[in-house]
Amino acid sequence: MQGSLIETLARQGVTRRTFMKYCATLASMMALPPSAGRAMAEAMASAPAASKRPSVIWLPFQECTGCTESITRSHSPTLEGLIFDVISLDYQETLMAAAGHQAEEALHAAMKANEGKYLLIVDGSIPLGLDGAYSCIAGKSNLESLKEVAKGAAAIVAMGSCAAFGGLPKANPNPTGAVSVADVIKDKPIVNIPGCPPIPTVMTGVLAHFLTFGSLPELDKLGRPKAFYGETIHDRCYRRPFYDQGKFAKTFDDEGARKGWCLFELGCKGPVTYNACATVKWNGGTSWPVESGHGCLGCSEPDFWDGGGFYKALSMPANPLKMAAKAAAVGAVAGVAVSFFNRGKKSAAKSAHETTTLADLEK
Amino acid sequence: MNEIQLLTWVRGSGLDIAVSIFLMGVIWRLFEIYSLGRKKDLSASRCVAGASGWHTIFRRSLPPQGMVKKSPVSYIGGYTFHIGLAIVVFLFAPHILLIRNLTGLSWPGLPSQFVDLAAVVTMAAMVVVLADRINKPVKRYLSTFGDWFTWTVTFLPVLTGWLAVRHLLLPYTTMLAVHILCVEVLLVVLPFTKLFHAFTLFGSRWFNGQVNGHKGVAV
Repeated sequence: MQGSLIETLARQGVTRRTFMKYCATLASMMALPPSAGRAMAEAMASAPAASKRPSVIWLPFQECTGCTESITRSHSPTLEGLIFDVISLDYQETLMAAAGHQAEEALHAAMKANEGKYLLIVDGSIPLGLDGAYSCIAGKSNLESLKEVAKGAAAIVAMGSCAAFGGLPKANPNPTGAVSVADVIKDKPIVNIPGCPPIPTVMTGVLAHFLTFGSLPELDKLGRPKAFYGETIHDRCYRRPFYDQGKFAKTFDDEGARKGWCLFELGCKGPVTYNACATVKWNGGTSWPVESGHGCLGCSEPDFWDGGGFYKALSMPANPLKMAAKAAAVGAVAGVAVSFFNRGKKSAAKSAHETTTLADLEK
Repeated sequence: MNEIQLLTWVRGSGLDIAVSIFLMGVIWRLFEIYSLGRKKDLSASRCVAGASGWHTIFRRSLPPQGMVKKSPVSYIGGYTFHIGLAIVVFLFAPHILLIRNLTGLSWPGLPSQFVDLAAVVTMAAMVVVLADRINKPVKRYLSTFGDWFTWTVTFLPVLTGWLAVRHLLLPYTTMLAVHILCVEVLLVVLPFTKLFHAFTLFGSRWFNGQVNGHKGVAV
């Protein structure tokens, strides 16, 4: 790509007005002040020729390529995708034409040329079991690759729940010893963009923020950008009024489900899930899981695979009554034992009772 | 342990343990208390007409004449928070759902806004009765650690539940976990503290009524 972004966009038929609108939307979505939209537009529009585009290296580890799928699906023709033209995606196994040694060369060339300045995106978890033998690229374990590439990175974006929290590979019993990026890298700024997969806009939003301000956006204590992960699905859900009225769908095809009532009883994890699905939605704002009739799985939360069942209501406990009979039996035995003990004490006291006579008192 | 893990634990193993201890404790204590028995009253019965035991169960739910005026906080505050607790515990939709999932029994709930109001009123009443207990010298003198402790373990589930619903203080997930944890503490200590009156209340009233009836006290 030659020339500044605004020229490239113009060539692709995107007007200046559309571009400004896009920046303003991104800024408002991230709860930045109105002036930030302009700042973003300026920063991105003045992103000069290809040589100066910030380099981005994307490392895939134990992943399913769903995160990459998610990003590409939003690609053309939406504007989010064009953000990729602002950056120089120097290494992305799925998307790059090169393979084998060529790909490795591209990676090392990018690392060398942009030492200390490139942005590292990771998707997938890192296996620690068997010295990392569970997942290797170019003869190197994921752990080695991550440490090597992270060394020269300006910041790291952990894309998807696997990179952010370990995700599916880390699900009980975690056979590969999978861990998250933050478990391995301690000395670099890391932003987690969890989700299975994450929302494309969230990723482009974080990138835009990084390009504009040269820093990562404000993060919550799990390292997620607050702008997108600040509120629960439940709080922003359009079905929330039904929850408050106590109107719940009981099965996926009953009257309540058809009327669009709350999916809480069907296992929706919306109340404990922080993500932007309810507001940003998916597929260019078409719909999102709850709108399509399925409860939230809680995919942007740590260990959501082991959260106790996708179709179990949040208020529904695992199975506390499984031990009820035993507990009652133990209680009965203890009660009877204590009763006998008390009776024993009583009769002991009775038999130890000495009658006091007048003669005793006069002694 | 992150908050989802904490929530999973309190909903899983934590609740298993708490419910088991609760059931065990309740059955143990009921056996223990009712097996103590009473000495046979050898005196001739001056039995007054009527089922004095059953009458007393009902009558002790009503304040004796003039007592509401004399001790308004105890009666009004006490009624308010007991009824409020019943509403919050048994008529809040997620709670009914929990009971239905455990036992198969269910009944219609109240709108969450109303339950929210009931929770606030309950907490206010509980704070007032606590303040009264601290302020009145006699009540304070009669209070032991058991009273302060049981007040706290009763108050905390209401407070944390309300904070969770209102999304105050802590993130919802954490607050929900803390709420369930508080309920579990309540379940565990209930059989072994003064809170056991929830089970023994009517039995003791019946006993008292029966004994009084035997002695010829009008019911």
